[in-house]
Amino acid sequence: MSGEWEVVIGLEIHVQLSTISKIFSGSSATFGAEPNTQASALDLALPGVLPVVNEAIYPKAIAFGLGIGANIGARSCFDRKNYFYPDLPKGYQITQMDEPIVLGGEVEITLADGTAKTIRVTRAHLEEDAGKSLHEDFHGMTGIDLNRAGTPLLEIVSEPDMRSAEEAVSYAKTIHQLVTYLSVSDGDMSQGSLRCDANVSLRKKGADAYGTRTETKNVNSFRFLEAAIKYEVVRQTEVLESGGKITQETRLYDPDKDETRPMRSKETATDYRYFPEPDLLPVIIDDAFIAKVRDSMPELPAQKRARFHTEMGLTDEDSRVLSSELGLATYFEDCVNICSDPIMAANWVKGDLLGGLNRDNIEISDSPVTAQAMAAIIVRIQDGTISGKIAKNVFNAVWEGKTDSVDDYIQSEGLVQVSGSHELEPIVDRIIANNPKQAEQFRSGKTKVLGFFVGQVMKETAGKANPKQVNDLIISKLND
Amino acid sequence: MINRSLSQQLDDLSKGEYSSVELTQTYLDRIENHQSLNAYVSISKDVLEKARQADQLRAAGERKPLLGIPLAHKDIFCEAGVRTTAGSKMLDNFISPYDSTVVSLLRNAGALSLGKTNMDEFAMGSSNESSYFGAVKNPWQVDRVPGGSSGGSAAAVAARLCAAATGTDTGGSIRQPAAFCGITGIKPTYGRVSRWGMIAYASSLDQAGPLATTAEDCALLLSAMAGADEKDSTSSAVQVEDYSKFLSQDLKGKKIGLCVEYMEGLDPEMSRVIEEAIEVLSKLGAEFMDISLPTSPLAIPAYYIIAPAECSANLSRYDGVRFGYRCENPENLEDLYKRSRSESFGQEVKNRIMVGAFALSAGYYDAYYKKAQQIRRLIKNDFLEAFKSVDAILGPTTPGPAFKIGANADEPQAMYLQDIYTISANLAGLPAISLPAGFIEDLPAGIQLIGNYFDEATLLNLGHQFQAQTDWHKKAPELST
Amino acid sequence: MDVTEEVVRNIAELVQLKVDDADIQQLTEGMQNILALADQMQAINTEGVEPVSNPLDASQKLRPDAVTEENQRELFQSIAPATESGLYLVPRVVE
Repeated sequence: MSGEWEVVIGLEIHVQLSTISKIFSGSSATFGAEPNTQASALDLALPGVLPVVNEAIYPKAIAFGLGIGANIGARSCFDRKNYFYPDLPKGYQITQMDEPIVLGGEVEITLADGTAKTIRVTRAHLEEDAGKSLHEDFHGMTGIDLNRAGTPLLEIVSEPDMRSAEEAVSYAKTIHQLVTYLSVSDGDMSQGSLRCDANVSLRKKGADAYGTRTETKNVNSFRFLEAAIKYEVVRQTEVLESGGKITQETRLYDPDKDETRPMRSKETATDYRYFPEPDLLPVIIDDAFIAKVRDSMPELPAQKRARFHTEMGLTDEDSRVLSSELGLATYFEDCVNICSDPIMAANWVKGDLLGGLNRDNIEISDSPVTAQAMAAIIVRIQDGTISGKIAKNVFNAVWEGKTDSVDDYIQSEGLVQVSGSHELEPIVDRIIANNPKQAEQFRSGKTKVLGFFVGQVMKETAGKANPKQVNDLIISKLND
Repeated sequence: MINRSLSQQLDDLSKGEYSSVELTQTYLDRIENHQSLNAYVSISKDVLEKARQADQLRAAGERKPLLGIPLAHKDIFCEAGVRTTAGSKMLDNFISPYDSTVVSLLRNAGALSLGKTNMDEFAMGSSNESSYFGAVKNPWQVDRVPGGSSGGSAAAVAARLCAAATGTDTGGSIRQPAAFCGITGIKPTYGRVSRWGMIAYASSLDQAGPLATTAEDCALLLSAMAGADEKDSTSSAVQVEDYSKFLSQDLKGKKIGLCVEYMEGLDPEMSRVIEEAIEVLSKLGAEFMDISLPTSPLAIPAYYIIAPAECSANLSRYDGVRFGYRCENPENLEDLYKRSRSESFGQEVKNRIMVGAFALSAGYYDAYYKKAQQIRRLIKNDFLEAFKSVDAILGPTTPGPAFKIGANADEPQAMYLQDIYTISANLAGLPAISLPAGFIEDLPAGIQLIGNYFDEATLLNLGHQFQAQTDWHKKAPELST
Repeated sequence: MDVTEEVVRNIAELVQLKVDDADIQQLTEGMQNILALADQMQAINTEGVEPVSNPLDASQKLRPDAVTEENQRELFQSIAPATESGLYLVPRVVE
């Protein structure tokens, strides 16, 4: 690719709000039901039906707005966006045009080289989702399932601040992290809970004006988002360098072919004729309500990450990993609250725990080793009951369900480490006596043989000896 | 039986003068005999059975406010299991799977659904000529229109094919037909009656109300129909009054405004009707004064942007996919949409959808839609100012009496001007009542009283007192069979 | 406002109405009649006037987040023009 082009990317991210019922009807918003079994008279747009707004959408949208430092609109109104499509039963979508709930705000992303970049958010507005068109062949017809129609969405619109596919993915991941942290959404991308539209354009480096953009719609994984943008960048570069012009159009990403292609449907090629939704009245959002939402918000990922680093003394990398997901961060903090050793807890959670979860493909919420069990293991290392090595055995035993209680298991399996000089001294004395050659080597300065003695003691005690104590004891005996 | 008002019928039923079955059968026979009026589009199959049950309930001591009274519903109200057409070919086959709040409230109050009445297609019209099921005839002179869009309801009440009926009013659709047919009809405050299950024409203007022979009957029906509904976000939580309680209040000291803009250039005959009404009300103690509604001449222009704009979106759901008319063998999706809609919407509906979409389209929104909604604010402010000094505003309901069927076919603008006195109340959201107040060329003429927000009680009180002194509301057309 | 044939065709496309050449005249006149009325509005200055979208200028009541609807697919699809396997059928849609 020629180096003279600058890539300009803006994202529109549709986040499904995690509510029990739909935005304007009392239908269940659960994913995966039989087609049209969650489509009520309202969802089907039968003649005479009227929308009633679900109160649960406001705290969620406001929490998101506060999370990105945005302004919250004092009046929240809905508008009608008119277009015909079979998955849009009313022939208009109820959305927010003039008075969105969230205005402005910004998100900080971390680039591959570790530096931070700020991406500005233009606005975020509430709207209803459409249904689904199923293109499997029904005698040459398309099937329409309206279960999803009316699921509440928050559409988050960014400024065109991203300059590469990687930045776009990092931004999308940061939004994903934020909305799951704040319980705005379950963030389950496989179920379409977070979908991205990518606006991509190129311009000559140094140019002020933006180039003509394309919008690639409904990308539902971070991997596809990266691939779709990269494809668009290559395609647009080729078009521009061969003297062509970019057509402003809506495109779809086809993961099977790894390409984008223009959408042929008429869903977008129209004048939407927005106007205030007369079936709904303005919702007044006062300061007291905003304060209530603010008070109930958890610590944000960026704050958590900073605190892990500065207050707990974790490395930058550990802070990032452990704050990346609310479940993981909560687990880690629960663990630290009991064992009071953030560094050791971080090592265990990042190492054995995450390793095990990844290996067995388990969610942290279903971890066989609970934060309490994890902390109990660490406490027993700290008080010298078991060694780090034995601790791994205990961890595995709990993981495999051999025991519920860390302490019971340590006792019943006789894993309490041998400590106290009255038990270790005779063993150390005997081993030194049995290995005079190595003892001489040590005394003549070859201190490396210390490892040999320690190994012998551990072998003798079946690993239950306290390694530090063994070390100290051997050194003092050999130096006598 | 049939010349008894609804309130009197209730009295008769409780005294055992006749049964609900007899009353219902009488209406069914009359409907059968006067089919040529085309007032009804369908008759309830089970209404006699329901009448029988009502009689049993009454015998068992049940006392619901409307027990055993057969009512007609404008065919714009969804009724579960019943065909609901809105006067359109689009919904000719639509069996509603659910009940509108109005239908279910009246049923809960003991009323029976006699049948569904004819109407202008999707309530767009002032003559009932735009119905897919054909024009309704005015029972006073069958070559005349009954008014619209609730023309079937008004004709049915006037012809004594029911004692009362439901209607809806977006720009005068209860009051104008009530005036043309010599009956009483009230459009309540916007949000007073739930719109759930009432097929939408223009959401911010539509309001349901009763048509009956007397203000007393309207009070009884409105008390049953009104109230907040959790299914309608725009319905009001303001407490509903028992409107019947205020009917007999003295009118002494009531202040009634005469809108100078309405009185200018009034037809001399209509002027005479108004003068006579003023005399009657003055004798009852009401005081009259001139008021001004300076923006009222712009009510019709604003209405004919706002209502079409809302309807252009409201009628997008009729796409041949989930219910309603679907064209034969669509070639593709576009063909399905375009033919399903074009083959089943009438011309007036198409005109309004087109104008509405135009008024909302890029480049025209500010000059048309936004402008109209701003004028609406000025109209509302005019009323707020007027109601600082008066309790109600009196004027004509219509410019003149019912016109001939087909008379305005080539002059749609003349048709649109029919609503000149009624539309302002819809734009402002105010309650207004039309009362029979005389005859012009042997055709009924109506007067309109516009009230302050949620002050239906005053309008019904004025109407009832007026009707205690006059007998226009007792006049019934002589029908040929 | 003069309504041109092009405007009529564009608007008809937006609202999915089929326009035959024979209909153009009627639709144009129909629109013209209403817009001629509406143009009277231009006579008055409305600068700074807040538009009304709801006549009562009320604010919204909200609904608790609870499931109140049951599955009525069979009933709803009994009035549908074309369904199969619980889906509404439309002519093939190509995205």
